[in-house]
Amino acid sequence: MLLSPFGMHIPDGFLSTAVSVIFWIMSVAAVGLALQRVNKDLGERQVPLMGVLAAAIFAGQMLNFAVAGGTSGHLMGAAIATILLGPWAALLIMTCVVAIQALIFQDGGLLVLGANIFNMGVVGVTVSYFTYQTLRRILGTQRWAVLAAGFAAAWLSIELTALVVALQLAISGSAPVNLAIPAMAGIHAVIGIGEGLITMGSLAFLYATRRDLIETGSAPAPAGRLVWVVGLLLAGGIAVLSPLASANPDGLEWVAEQNGFLKLAQNPSYNLIPDYVLPGVSNEALATILAGVIGALIVAGAAFGIAYLRRRSSGD
Amino acid sequence: MHVHFLDPYQDGSSPLHRLDARVKLLLTVAFILVTALTPIGAWPVYILLFALVIAAQLLAELGLGYVLKRSALALPFVLSAAPLLFSVAGDALLTLPGLGWVLSVQGLERFLSLSIKSWISVQAAILMSATATFPDLLQAMRALRVPRLLVAIFSLMWRYLFVLVDEALRLMRARLARSGESGLAGGKTGGSLIWRAQTAGGMAGSLFLRGFERADRIYTAMLSRGYDGEVRSFPLPPLSAADRIALAVGGGVLGLILLLNFLIR
Repeated sequence: MLLSPFGMHIPDGFLSTAVSVIFWIMSVAAVGLALQRVNKDLGERQVPLMGVLAAAIFAGQMLNFAVAGGTSGHLMGAAIATILLGPWAALLIMTCVVAIQALIFQDGGLLVLGANIFNMGVVGVTVSYFTYQTLRRILGTQRWAVLAAGFAAAWLSIELTALVVALQLAISGSAPVNLAIPAMAGIHAVIGIGEGLITMGSLAFLYATRRDLIETGSAPAPAGRLVWVVGLLLAGGIAVLSPLASANPDGLEWVAEQNGFLKLAQNPSYNLIPDYVLPGVSNEALATILAGVIGALIVAGAAFGIAYLRRRSSGD
Repeated sequence: MHVHFLDPYQDGSSPLHRLDARVKLLLTVAFILVTALTPIGAWPVYILLFALVIAAQLLAELGLGYVLKRSALALPFVLSAAPLLFSVAGDALLTLPGLGWVLSVQGLERFLSLSIKSWISVQAAILMSATATFPDLLQAMRALRVPRLLVAIFSLMWRYLFVLVDEALRLMRARLARSGESGLAGGKTGGSLIWRAQTAGGMAGSLFLRGFERADRIYTAMLSRGYDGEVRSFPLPPLSAADRIALAVGGGVLGLILLLNFLIR
């Protein structure tokens, strides 16, 4: 129910260590900034609200609807959280949701948690925020304007998150760039419609019952000019870069070249010590056999330890 | 403690259960880091890492099937790496008839390595969540200097996660009862696609609304119990001697494996 093969949650092992660390640093910086802003702007009332709404987003991700042929659409929630609570609180909420999914449900890895927080938190929330704000400014405050802006924010947040995931996989050498980007973009263009429809549905519901929630959530940007610039650059960069990379062969080569550079940069760290340094274990087959024997000994040791403990405790 | 089908914690008194959650969190993350740093095609190191994670499963006394079964659930993502089989240039192993795609030895090596690394990592993470309760993990996060506000949101989220998941399940059961959705896979569903999406949206909306209202009540309740915006917590207990030894031994073994990565290369 919580898992899907083309999910956004990258498991451990699929991103190179360098990429994982870079995205950890970016996510920690973003979440740190969000914690500061929330502490300053929103006060102590927000702690229970954010906790409960993070749980609500988590539970909301279980709600799905049948699309066709056994597939179903469901919610990621970055857009609705951003619309209701503003970008900073939404970033914290998405961080908590993604972190709990990784820590407890293994939906996404731990070492790549930084990247997953970046994708679904930073990218998802930033894209939703700017799309929704811009469209609301253009379209006005009627019901249809709220719904249309919500749909666009949700669809774009899914699409751009998927593209960033594809780029990360490609840079890590875990998926060929000329397949990963069109595949992720294509599938999530459809999945994004599901996200958009659910977001629209819940906005329609909230518009009818508690309009104040939607109005407060879309109050003028609490962020400074810098955030606008960074956000626009981020969204613009991804938007320009990814179609370029997927449609234009030159773009493909460009990313592949970057990829090659990254590999070159990573390789020397393993070449510091020449091939045959471990005396007597220069042979690959021998090393494998040795590893097998040592591994078996470790497992046997653990088994004996358990048997010993059991016998002792039953003897008591 | 919550008893809920979602909570992966398995009660027990094995050596691994008794180990401090701080040590478990650190060692799990270190293990996954070492696995990630292991180069492509380093099969001997994979064997050792796999042996370590199996040994830890034995020490947790969960039964070997438990973690293996759960880890299979996380595997579908491997599909996204499958194109590597054909896209990595190298010595041809076989050519797909009709399509002309070439399966290369290097591509196969890369794909298998990624899948195995991912599988080993996920087992370690499953083991941690099965042997440490979430409140203990929260304490471990605090020890690792995760900001207090974030830990506070985590703990409130955990507290109400099961409540809201129950509400979501009730909403879904109500929809099922009113034939908005078929309970059978591929069964007939009511309404048009847009209508179904709107229904799901309305359900999500009412879930959020209940969340808002619940948060208000919680806040009032917290105020009446002396909440003033400051998140307070007990000081962390010191690590026992056994925990320190486990940390040192675990760290040492992982360090050795990291060293082996360089040597075997």
